[in-house]
Amino acid sequence: MFQLGPAEWQAIGVTVRLCLYTTVILLVLATPLAWWLAQGRSTVRIVVQAIVALPLVLPPTVLGFYLLIVLGPRGLVGETLENIGLRHLAFSFEGILVASVIYSLPFAVQPLTEAFRTLGRRPVEVASSLGAGFWDRFFTVILPLTRGGFLVAATLTFAHTLGEFGVILMLGGSIPGETKVLSVLIYDHAEAMNYGAAHSLSLMLLVFSFVTLFVVYSINRRFEVVRL
Amino acid sequence: MTLQIQARLRYGDNFELSVDQVLPLCGVTALFGRSGCGKTTLLRIIAGLERVGDARVQFGEHPWQQGRLFVPLHRRRIGLVFQEPSLLAHLSVRDNLVYGYRRTPAAQRRLHLPEVAAMLGIEALLDRRIDQLSGGERQRISLGRALLISPQLLLLDEPMAALDTQTKRDIMPFLSRMAAESGVPMIMVSHAPDEVARLADRVAFMQAGQIPRVESLHEALARPQSPLFDDAGAASILEGIPGEPEADGVRPFGPPLARLWIPDTQTVGAGQPIRLRVLARDVSLSLDDPHRISIQNHLPVTIERIDPPHQHRIVVACRTNDGQLLLAEVTSRAVSQLGLRPGLSLYALIKSVALLD
Repeated sequence: MFQLGPAEWQAIGVTVRLCLYTTVILLVLATPLAWWLAQGRSTVRIVVQAIVALPLVLPPTVLGFYLLIVLGPRGLVGETLENIGLRHLAFSFEGILVASVIYSLPFAVQPLTEAFRTLGRRPVEVASSLGAGFWDRFFTVILPLTRGGFLVAATLTFAHTLGEFGVILMLGGSIPGETKVLSVLIYDHAEAMNYGAAHSLSLMLLVFSFVTLFVVYSINRRFEVVRL
Repeated sequence: MTLQIQARLRYGDNFELSVDQVLPLCGVTALFGRSGCGKTTLLRIIAGLERVGDARVQFGEHPWQQGRLFVPLHRRRIGLVFQEPSLLAHLSVRDNLVYGYRRTPAAQRRLHLPEVAAMLGIEALLDRRIDQLSGGERQRISLGRALLISPQLLLLDEPMAALDTQTKRDIMPFLSRMAAESGVPMIMVSHAPDEVARLADRVAFMQAGQIPRVESLHEALARPQSPLFDDAGAASILEGIPGEPEADGVRPFGPPLARLWIPDTQTVGAGQPIRLRVLARDVSLSLDDPHRISIQNHLPVTIERIDPPHQHRIVVACRTNDGQLLLAEVTSRAVSQLGLRPGLSLYALIKSVALLD
């Protein structure tokens, strides 16, 4: 039953690449955003917070549909890319990467915002008064004191990207080696009545997801995985 | 050297900070006022933690904030101590202490770990974990950490407010030693008259976002109805050097012509200047020097000023032979019966003194 063929390995490769890239990109993007969100509760922040949380409630097809329009050859972004001699982003790995970043945004931003709120501004003020500049403060005070938040954000982002399906199918289709990720491959197998293959991959994802969540909860028992 | 501050800031409808002040940069300046009068905000503006648009802050020759110029806190070399100890939880005691020291250019380091640790009595704590320290110990580590950047200025935001009375009493001598020995000018926010009387050289009174006056501690205490008088009423501060303790539990204080006998306490070494706080209501006045009386402290004084009566009590300001001001609180009747008037020489009988240490 657990015989993985070349198609499976190819899908695993695409999936892992997608998850890794998404996680790295999101940590870089979400950190300043979460920091800003943690600084107060002004109306602008509430608006941004709501936008960040949108992927939690929208059907993935809605997100995928709009991304297809924007990133496709006639869309604002897609057309601009074509005009400067690049390819548009629909049905490409880069396209589903952009989609994943947007789709998993709340899973990176929320734990970090929570961690920064708990941290408060005092440690940062202390570090400034002791002569630490911006990056020095970030790496010697903020990061060590909020590493639990970063770990949770990274793990959840990775795991959530792994479970992506609707958005990828809408925007990326099912191109082997390019946009065919595990979840899409399972769908294809099931469609083709190839239940054995679908089952082995499904079980793999199930176990992996469980272990991931178990690790996350062990790291930080106080943490709520998703807050709306 | 002076610190110049100009700042205006509106907070909602009912609070406005409006300060235009030059503070001398030597010794300890207390920023004294009630909670919510803007003391902490002013301190944060000086530190550069609160960036108020058109504020101007100048430290000696160096503008810290002026127009578009803004020197960030990490380049101001200000030692900051907050109400709560604020140690960095992921670092050991030693690493907390040297965090700023390591970031101070070697040429600017004047204070080093061994001497600062000795000054604050924290040598034994260096290898402990932070969660093994008491509140008072943590605050001493915070003070040491701030000192170890060899700061040009030390800002203390009610450093003892979060401590219990006993811990506060324990830490006070370290603070006063720090003020005396480190040579770093200090601005200390406080709303506790005893802290101010113990530590400050001058007092900036703050009221509803403004500083109506800055005066020396002695001027502030000589004023009738000074805000520095708490529930116990008028009080004066006597400064002097204690001598060697005697066998019967007392020790001399001050020069022979204005000598007091004070209870011997272990904490104060002979030859170190200390302050005594004397409540005006513990001081009686006598036209001659009584000998058959249990009160030990009789100081020859000269009346300098007699304040108007307040509920039939009158505060009489007297000058001691070594030029210090001593307040006595007597009844209106006593003033008229004894014929007290400015210029009159007489004896002040001091029933008890509080050692501010």
